[in-house]
This record gives sequence, C-alpha cells and structure tokens, in this order.
Amino acid sequence: MDLKDTPDQAAYRQRVRAWIEEHRHEAPELSSGLHAADPTAFRTWQGTLADAGLVGITWPKEFGGAGLGPIEQVIVSTELRRAGCPGIVDHIAVGNIGPTIFTYGSSAQQERYLGPLLHGDEGWCQLFSEPAAGSDLAGITTRAVAQDDGTWRVTGQKVWTTMAQFADYGMLLARTDPDVPKHRGLTMFLIDMRAAGVTVRPLRQISGAAHFNEVFLDDVELPADAVLGPVDGGWGVAMTTLMFERLALLAAFEELGWSAEDFVEPVADLPAMGDAHVRQRIAELTTELLSLRYSAYRTLTALSRGDVPGPEAGLGKIAIINAGVQASELIVDLLGPAAIDGRWGDLAMEMPGLRSGGGTEEILRTTVGDRVLGLPPEPRVDKDVPFSELTTGKAVAA
Amino acid sequence: MNFGLSEEQELLRDTARDALERLDTIASAREALDGVDLLDSWSTAAEAGWAGLVIDEEHGGAGLGVFDAMLVHEELGRRLTGTGLLGHVTATGLLNAAAQDERVATILPALAAGERRAAMTLARPPRDDDEGWTLDAPVPGGGRASLPAADAGGALSGTVALHPELPGADVVVVVATGPSGRVGAYLVDTAAPGVQITEVVHGDATRPLGTLELRQAASTPLQADEGDLARAWYTGQALLAAEALGVCQATLDLGVAYAKERHAFGRPIGSYQAVKHQLVEILRRIDLTRNLCFFAGYAADSSPGEFALAASSARFAGEQGADYATRTCIAVHGGIGSTWEHDAPLFWRRAQLSRRLLGGVEDAGDRVAGEIITTARDRVAAAA
Ligand SMILES: Cc1cc2nc3c(=O)[nH]c(=O)nc-3n(C[C@H](O)[C@H](O)[C@H](O)COP(=O)(O)OP(=O)(O)OC[C@H]3O[C@@H](n4cnc5c(N)ncnc54)[C@H](O)[C@@H]3O)c2cc1C
Repeated sequence: MDLKDTPDQAAYRQRVRAWIEEHRHEAPELSSGLHAADPTAFRTWQGTLADAGLVGITWPKEFGGAGLGPIEQVIVSTELRRAGCPGIVDHIAVGNIGPTIFTYGSSAQQERYLGPLLHGDEGWCQLFSEPAAGSDLAGITTRAVAQDDGTWRVTGQKVWTTMAQFADYGMLLARTDPDVPKHRGLTMFLIDMRAAGVTVRPLRQISGAAHFNEVFLDDVELPADAVLGPVDGGWGVAMTTLMFERLALLAAFEELGWSAEDFVEPVADLPAMGDAHVRQRIAELTTELLSLRYSAYRTLTALSRGDVPGPEAGLGKIAIINAGVQASELIVDLLGPAAIDGRWGDLAMEMPGLRSGGGTEEILRTTVGDRVLGLPPEPRVDKDVPFSELTTGKAVAA
Repeated sequence: MNFGLSEEQELLRDTARDALERLDTIASAREALDGVDLLDSWSTAAEAGWAGLVIDEEHGGAGLGVFDAMLVHEELGRRLTGTGLLGHVTATGLLNAAAQDERVATILPALAAGERRAAMTLARPPRDDDEGWTLDAPVPGGGRASLPAADAGGALSGTVALHPELPGADVVVVVATGPSGRVGAYLVDTAAPGVQITEVVHGDATRPLGTLELRQAASTPLQADEGDLARAWYTGQALLAAEALGVCQATLDLGVAYAKERHAFGRPIGSYQAVKHQLVEILRRIDLTRNLCFFAGYAADSSPGEFALAASSARFAGEQGADYATRTCIAVHGGIGSTWEHDAPLFWRRAQLSRRLLGGVEDAGDRVAGEIITTARDRVAAAA
C-alpha cells in the first residue's frame, strides 16, 4: 500500500502546482462557510480554472473536460487547498447537472450548455424537490403539458433550490402523465430561469443567510427541445443525477479538506484539553474524519481498478454530517455562548439542514439496507397505482 | 496511489478464512465456558505460517508486516479463535527487530515455525497528559501498576496481572524498568525458576488471561528502545482493532441472515426500518473501523510517525463498533439471542472482555485526542 503519486500523477501535480503558483493572485478570498454570499467573483475564477483545464477533470474530453480519473480530480483539489485558493463554485452544476446532460442530452444540448456551465459563465440549479415531495421525489406534482405545436406549458412549485437566485438555467423534473404509476409519468426539462412565469424567492435559512429558494412556475412555456432524455423517462434521468450527486457531495467535502486538527486548533490552549470527557469527544470526531480520508483513498483505488461507486457512498455523507455536528458543537461548547454568533456557530447552524440535503439520513440508511445488505424492502402501497389515484404526493391540507 | 489489498494479501486473508472455517471454534468457545479445554488452534496457525508472519525470511519467517497480521486477526475475530497469535506477533515483532543479538537470532527459527510460542507483556507508553511507562492495571487510590523491575544482572521481579495471551507461552518478552530507571525489554523462559503464569478466564474463554509473577527470574536483556516498546503497544492495539472488525462482520452476517428469515406481523423483520437502520449502523461502523485499520496498517509499515494515532483510532472505533454490533445482534434475534445455545452472546462476551483490555476504549480515545491536541498546539505555536 502506498499513497505516492505514479510518475504520471507526479508530473500532473507538478503542472497543476506551477499553474496555481502563477495564477493564485487572480483568485478571490476563500469564503468561510460552505457557500459564498455572492458567487460573481468565484464564477470568474471558475472560468480561469476551466480555461486551464482544471474544471471537470473527470468529464470526457469531447465535452470540454480533462478526460482524467478521480485521482487527478483529487490532485487538483488538494493543490488548490494547499495554496489557499477556492475551487469551483458551481458544485451542483459541474458535479450533477453537467454529467446528466452529457449522459442524456442531444448533441445540440451538449454543445449549447456544457461549455458555459463548466466555465461558470452560466449558473445552474436543480429543480427537483417540491413542498409536498422531497424524499418521495417521484411524488412531485409540477405539471408539464404538451402543446399541439410541440412546446410545453409548465405549472407548479419547486423548493429548497440551492443557488436558484443566481441561476441562468435549471434542470427541472415535472409530471407529464398523471394516469400511470408515479415513477413512469415523469420527464426532465432544461429551463431558462428568466423565462416568463418563473419567479424565484430566496428563503432565509437557520443561520439567517439565504442559500436556497422557492421557485414558482406559472404557465411557463418551454420549447420542444427543452426535454432532456426520453419523455416519460425522467425517473431514470433523475436517478442518474442522484448517482452523480453522491460522488459530487463527497468530492465537495474532500475539497473542504476538514481535518481534526483544524477543529481542535481554536481550542487547543484551553484547560479543557485535559478533561477526559472532552478528550473522548475529540476522539469521536477525529475517528470519523480520519475514516473519511482513508475511505476516499480506498474508494479512489477501487475506482482506478475499475469498480463503480455504489449506494454505500451514502454512509460517507452520514459520517460527514456526524463529524461536522460534533466538531462545531464542541468548539462552541468550549468557547461559550458568544461563539454561537461567529464562524463556528454558523457552521453548527448549517449542519441540521444538511442532514436532509442530498437525501435524509433515514432515506440513505434504508437505501443502504436494501441495496447493500440485501434486506427486504418495505411494503409499498403506491406501487402499481396510477399517480392520480394516490394520496401520497399531495400537500397536507392547510 | 494504491490503497487496497495486494493479490498476496487477498490470498492470505482468503486462506485464513478457509482454514478457520474448518475448525469448530465457536462451539468450542461455548464449551470452554463450562470448563472443557479450548480447541487448540495453534497448530492451524503454525501450519498456515502465521507464527512467522512478522519474522524476517533469514530467520525462517515470512517477512511480512503488521497489516498482514491484521488481516489474519480479522479472520480470527470473525471465528472467535483463541490462538494466542496476538501475543506471539507483538513479541516476535520486537524480537525480530532485536535479532542482531546472537542469542535472539538463535531462538527465532523455532518461533517462526510455531514450535515455540512467544507472548509479551505490553506496557502503556506515556501520553501527552501523563508521564512514564506503566502497566494497564489501575491501583486502588489512583494511578496504575508499575512495571516489573530488572536488577543489574537482568533478574526480574514483579507482577503483571490479567494480561491477555500469556497462558501457554514458552517465552515472554517482559517490559520492565532497568536498574538505571529506563524501561527496556527482557526475554524470559516460562519454564525457568522464579517464573509463574496463572491462567484465569473472565467472561470469554477464547481469551484466557494470565497473571505473570516474577521472583528474581533470569532474563536476557533485549536491544529495544522506547520507540520499539511503544511500537509493540500500538501493534497490540491494531491487532485488537482488526479482531473487533471481524467480530462486527460476523455479527452483521448473523443479524442480516436472521432479519431476512424471521417474520413478524406478516413480513420479514428486516423490512422494518427500526431493525434495518440498526443493521446499517453496524455496517457503517465496520466501514469506519476498516478505513482506520487500513490507516493503521499503512502507518505501521510506511508512516511510523502516525502509527500511535492510527492504531489508537482503529482500536477506539473497533471496540466501540464491536460493542454496538454484538448488542444489536442479540436484540435483532429477540429471545433466542439471549440464550446459551445461540452464537450471538459468545461474540458479545468477546467484545465485553476485549474492549477492557490493554488500556481499553477510554485509553485509546485519550491517545487519539492527545495526538491531535499536540498537532494543533504545534500549529498554534508555529503561527505565533
Ligand atoms: C441545504 C439544502 C439544500 C437543498 N438543495 C436542493 C436543491 O438544490 N434542489 C432540490 O431539488 N432539492 C434540494 N434540497 C431538498 C432535499 O433534497 C430535501 O429536503 C430532501 O430530499 C428531503 O425532502 P423533504 O424536505 O420533503 O422532507 P420529507 O421527505 O418530507 O422528510 C421529512 C422527514 O420524514 C422522513 N421520511 C420521509 N420518508 C421516509 C421514509 N420512507 N422512511 C422514513 N422516514 C422518511 C425524512 O427522513 C425526514 O426526516 C435541499 C435541502 C437542503 C436542506
């Protein structure tokens, strides 16, 4: 076992490091939280990175990527972090949406959208969740109706949409046939966020900042070529997106590069470092974070030997949230109530919400239980029933 | 980067699994609680070449590393096999490093072949928040028991209470305080005058404990410094972690199989989330421990500066995981899970004893914290 670069990887790292050395003065200051308040400067930086071939490392070359492997992806994020430079700002776009477009898109769609997406020239958001359908994503009610001229009309509401306030385009899941079972009547669309009938309203979150939004769609007209993938085949498209999302989530945290020392540093000189209970808490969060690091090395090795990432990646997400909760709360506990309104308090406040984002802990555990352990699934009352006859998928009466 | 098992390592693991599956170690673990002699699995270990795992080829061993030994220990844990290999590996690792001494080199081939068995009394290295080398056992009124003492002629006196893997050993590496006050390692023959090992079983008959009493016992002082002694302690931690991993895996397999078969309220119990999510939590802790075992194995062989952190982390996660996994396994089985005939309680017994040995979970956690606090303080100091 070793963690050394191969000669090729070492040469790549050298090139990346040299490029960063030369261009780091162009980068904006790192933001302290998980999101930037205003992404403009970060988008410009993403464009600079993209010009140098440092965005979409694992994307195929024909779509503007570097056509390299996940190990090179990690080399780039490690080198950026080492230099104190931010990476890409549009994780959802580069991680989930772009790959869905290069998997399912027409060549016209690929040509039109992928370049500006990669360069951060156009921002994207993922319009899946709705007020009445999150975990049960196939229960969405946003309706897209085909018109005689081949265009579509869309009405409905999306919610918790990260970055929608800065987005030029969205990837939208909508119901195109309510009279078949719920997974079968869905279609994926690419939508212009400035089209008539689209309204975006930022939602303030626990910390007071607004990183996600509600999006109202009021009889929005979509051209025929807005459809991504097969009509009524949107569920398969969405599953592909969520598969890419699992990897993107882990890559995003890898980029953060959380280590136990970072969290202990602000409290390292307090007398509490001798307290047995505090030390056990430090051990808990350290083991979670170390495990994530070595899990990444193991996964990268498996991927480079030809394995495909499975649903067990969900366990990594649970571990990240566990560690983030433990770390931020320990620091605030030790620094006292004033720290609630500061960098560490802000982080602590992002954590409870992140437990739901990207799949709730319950849903992830159920998926891993079914697919990895092979445990029997729960009985499904909604299986072969036309969506229009279901009580699920409808909002709770006010 | 190459952070996976090599083909040789996969073979080592698979061969171990096959060999151990042919032994009825689990039934023996139960019977031994009623006083029947524990199945002797040392011959299996010797035949498979595990006795010489960490001894260099020139002395008759396989010349492999701590990580390879951990792979075997995971399989031992999975089958609750009480071989005494943990004591043998920690002792022979140290002896192998001291083999420039002719007296040591001459005994290595017999140890490598498994004709003789070695054990070691492991001593706790100092932590960031305490000082000095001690034994694990707490003493009434505070502190921990002190090490045996060696006089200028190498004669040892003192007691090491309730230490795993001592019974059955032919030679023991004893960590003792020398005449100058420095800690060192001393080799004693258990048949020599003044050496006595009393065997006791507490909770888990697959892991007999020994109390070693030394009264002016003759010994061979070994060439080993504090770094070697610390390495032996952390090797013990890493091997216990690997065993705990095997225990977790075995109980997960038992629990999942039962949850698929057993029906209640018209459906398999594994379809109920309360059951499913607990089993997934075992899997999560297995992943956690396995990742850290990889770290420990990597550090032992390639990054010694991180070995204390890595081995302590693996031990901390592994023993906690085994505690959770074995309890959950009993619970998932309902009433049958708490009977003498069932296997689940045997794994639980193993977890209960193991997590209290050699510093236990608390000491491992404390060491993890100590390593991180030290690194963080160094950073603060460097920034100032
Ligand atoms: C910070 C953040 C960013 C987000 N960004 C986006 C985005 O960009 N785009 C987007 O489309 N969505 C986004 N989401 C939405 C996210 O995907 C949903 O919140 C998530 O899928 C849960 O859906 P829900 O909120 O409707 O909760 P619900 O599905 O109503 O869940 C409520 C509770 O019920 C539990 N539950 C539900 N079903 C089951 C079941 N079968 N078994 C057991 N328990 C169950 C859940 O675990 C949860 O605890 C974001 C969410 C957050 C918090």
